[in-house]
Amino acid sequence: MNDHIVKAYDHELRDLRAIVSRMGGLAEDQLVAAMQALAEFDTEKAEIVRNADKQLDALEIEAEKAAIVVFARRAPVADDLREVVSSLKMTGLIERMGDYAKNIAKRTLAVSEMGPVAVPQVLDQMAKDARKMIQDVMDAYVHRNPDLAMAVWERDEALDNLHNSAYRTILARMMETPDKIGVLTHFLMIAKNLERIGDQATNVAEQVYYTITGVMLEEARRPKHDLTSTELVTEENLDNE
Amino acid sequence: MLKMATEFENMTDVRTAKMSAKDVHVFYGDTHAVKGISLDLHQDEVTALIGPSGCGKSTFLRCLNRMNDTVTTCRVEGTITLDGENIYDPKIDVVQLRARVGMVFQKPNPFPKSIYDNVAYGPRIHGLAQHRTDLDEIVTTALEKAGLWNEVKDRLDSPGTALSGGQQQRLCIARAIAVNPEVILMDEPCSALDPIATAKVEALIDELKGRYAIAIVTHSMQQAARVSQKTAFFHLGDLVEHGDTTEIFTAPKEERTRDYITGRFG
Repeated sequence: MNDHIVKAYDHELRDLRAIVSRMGGLAEDQLVAAMQALAEFDTEKAEIVRNADKQLDALEIEAEKAAIVVFARRAPVADDLREVVSSLKMTGLIERMGDYAKNIAKRTLAVSEMGPVAVPQVLDQMAKDARKMIQDVMDAYVHRNPDLAMAVWERDEALDNLHNSAYRTILARMMETPDKIGVLTHFLMIAKNLERIGDQATNVAEQVYYTITGVMLEEARRPKHDLTSTELVTEENLDNE
Repeated sequence: MLKMATEFENMTDVRTAKMSAKDVHVFYGDTHAVKGISLDLHQDEVTALIGPSGCGKSTFLRCLNRMNDTVTTCRVEGTITLDGENIYDPKIDVVQLRARVGMVFQKPNPFPKSIYDNVAYGPRIHGLAQHRTDLDEIVTTALEKAGLWNEVKDRLDSPGTALSGGQQQRLCIARAIAVNPEVILMDEPCSALDPIATAKVEALIDELKGRYAIAIVTHSMQQAARVSQKTAFFHLGDLVEHGDTTEIFTAPKEERTRDYITGRFG
């Protein structure tokens, strides 16, 4: 895309973009660190994740201020308008990803108190997928690649399916080991957090796609594969698996 | 994938155009200023014509009420119709045409006469009023429609030129609508006005759009976005893009349109 005739306008947009990218990177780091803390039951690491979330909150506010300045000074239209509006929405979504990572860290602190319990492997797989979604969607944003954004958008399905499987796995373990139900409930919630991170990444993908192409991907068209909030799992239908 | 833009593209405009330009070319001597432009103006709708200086938008606008007739080197080709009737037909009475297709210029240009006479001039020469009371009625209504009545009702005998710039421009609009036009052409009507006067003219354009087909040439992108329902982007004599204003200002299809409205090097 050609540069603006007014260089300062380009600088303002570049600054805004830099904040969004930084937030994406931080959210990814937070997710990785939270999962590491969980795997190692490392309360120190978990505490670091918990505190680092403030950075994302601060950056979100910084982005908001930068966007308001662009609105006030430049009255952006067309691609610039989409860019600024999407930045505002994206930073909100990325900040939420950070909240989910922080929540994982908080649960890690709680779980660690109860003594080590094997973390279901499926959670690692979910975290890996969610991380890849964040990486790819930020890559799509930085490199203005609508196809990559679309690919992330479509990949949410796989994470939803993993979540369904995590839900059932953890529930099965609850039935087998009722004394561990407290810890396992935290795992259940961590699975939900990871699934939600994927949702946010998908929403970011929609924003990236809109910024680049001007086309809104319709929320309704995205297939929802998360069954955990609509189905009742019992011992019987778990056995039928 | 369903794409919002496509929905608009597929919506065929079945309305009958108030004015319709088909393949209009304008030459000033050897200069080809307007290159085959087709564009419809509709009742109840404001069309903004935007584009860099020299892109042909004002030239095109001036073709719509044959203002270019007075330029000896100017040659207009193609068809322009008003309610289906060719306005360049030799049978057309140009004075009558200009009453039906009124024009408001960049610089307010009231006659050096009273406020009353500025508005009454058109109806008088077109014989729209039999009696003084009819004329009073026309003047009052036109000033009311132009949102100027309350500001001038006590000094209708004062010279029009004594009003502020914004008031003068609204007086010119009152003068244009006093002869019951069907189309109003505006050539940068606010470029000499301050933001308050501009807002008043824009509010007036909103009011008027229910009754007239309006075309406005403007260099202010924000003004085009604010007042129009359709936007036409001209560049080097071509009509690059024409569509819903909301579409043009959120997701233009042409790179040249984007570069122009976002202030990029093109």
